[in-house]
Amino acid sequence: MSNVPSDLKYAKSHEWVRVTGDVATVGITDHAQHELTDIVFVELPAAGRKVKAGEACAVVESVKTASDIYSPVSGEITEVNKAAVDDPALVNREPFAGGWFYKIKLSDPAELGSLLTPDAYKAQIGG
Amino acid sequence: MLKRTPLFAAHQNLGGKLIEFGGWEMPVQYTSITDEHLAVRNAAGIFDISHMGEVTVSGAGAAEFLNRTLTNDIRKLTPGLGQYTLMCNESGGVIDDLYAYCLSQDVYLLIINASRIEVDVAWLQAQATKFSGDLKLTDASHQYAAVAVQGPRVKEFIDDCFPGASISAMRVPRVTDLKKNEIGGFKCSHGGVLVSRTGYTGEDGFEVVGEGPAILAVWETILAKGQPFGIKPCGLGARDTLRTEVCYPLYGHELDENTTPIEAGVGFFVSLDKGEFTGRSVLADQKAAGVKKKCVAFTMAEKCAPPRPHYPIWVNGVKVGEVVSGTQSPSLNNGIGLGYVPPEFAKAGTEIGIEIRSKQFKATVVQKPIYKKG
Repeated sequence: MSNVPSDLKYAKSHEWVRVTGDVATVGITDHAQHELTDIVFVELPAAGRKVKAGEACAVVESVKTASDIYSPVSGEITEVNKAAVDDPALVNREPFAGGWFYKIKLSDPAELGSLLTPDAYKAQIGG
Repeated sequence: MLKRTPLFAAHQNLGGKLIEFGGWEMPVQYTSITDEHLAVRNAAGIFDISHMGEVTVSGAGAAEFLNRTLTNDIRKLTPGLGQYTLMCNESGGVIDDLYAYCLSQDVYLLIINASRIEVDVAWLQAQATKFSGDLKLTDASHQYAAVAVQGPRVKEFIDDCFPGASISAMRVPRVTDLKKNEIGGFKCSHGGVLVSRTGYTGEDGFEVVGEGPAILAVWETILAKGQPFGIKPCGLGARDTLRTEVCYPLYGHELDENTTPIEAGVGFFVSLDKGEFTGRSVLADQKAAGVKKKCVAFTMAEKCAPPRPHYPIWVNGVKVGEVVSGTQSPSLNNGIGLGYVPPEFAKAGTEIGIEIRSKQFKATVVQKPIYKKG
């Protein structure tokens, strides 16, 4: 059964968001990493890039396929996780911890209200 | 409605992730493609290959018919022997690549690709109407299931799975007495099966063909007997990465009706001196005069996403070809692939560029196979 931490918000497209002040940390869920398996390559957006909610801004490649990752929120990328780029398997091992993707300064915090609660996300993935 | 193999419930019980492949619902992986891949390279793995097609060809004219229809020389096969061969159209384009076995005098078994069963059978029947000799052609695909058990440790437990000597085709005391490309009929708990020392992974191993209940029993026996040796059930994902590392062609990728065996680099299995066969004149011309495109193997020379089918191949600012197979090699932990380029860029050592999401990355043409043992 996939882990769905209760202190995070979720996007239908399987990203998670952890909010600290006006900065959100974004990654992909345990369910997503489990479905992808064997992540071998992670491409992250450049720091300073402005992205809109729902915009494809990162790519995860497993042995089998390439998958776009969509930003759950709008804002400016402030920091990306070089450790995940250097060791993509980190996303498989620690999707909610060491395997985070990027930090983003929220331009529209109201968007957080439209993200899924842990229970709603659990229901979506059939957990 | 997708077709299911007799092992379908077994895949579900093992937690296999099921996908559509050639009209079948097949496991792409159970735990992880990388883990399953490495199990085959280092120990053992078992694959459900029941989706593959089986055609029997028999009669006094069978050998002559097959020699006119397939590229390899079927006269080299005595009972108990098999060979890799191809079936081409009049232009030398590949209709399918397959294994042909001689089971007994005038009786042959063809193992064909799942996605090509209908096309192959229609083609074989059309050729048969033009053939005057004694011939019986039967599509037995729906009747047979099959598994492949592959890896360096398979020989340590496979004899325990098939007690007793073979009873047909190649007569041997034990399965491990079969040599590469040999096939023998063995008894198992639920009926007779054919066991050949063949595979699609570059490792030593065996393929077992038989009726559904027999193959289900074989699958369970092999998983149990192989367990102390580290056997893993493996899906089509690992099957694809394994064959890509050793550069075995996959129909629809390296091979299609507009590509010849010479272009694909499997000219070794085209016997020009055996007499007339379909596609011969084009293949003879290509062997003599050369080809316009060649299938090359390459490895990525810088850190990047894995190459994938249809990515463009560039040389000196010109698009010269396309990737047909590509992945991250679990054995080499590097991007690898196969693609078609003009022959002037096919030499090992040639530097090429692979376009991955609008950006070019450096790659090097290498000798096949990409992965070598040891």
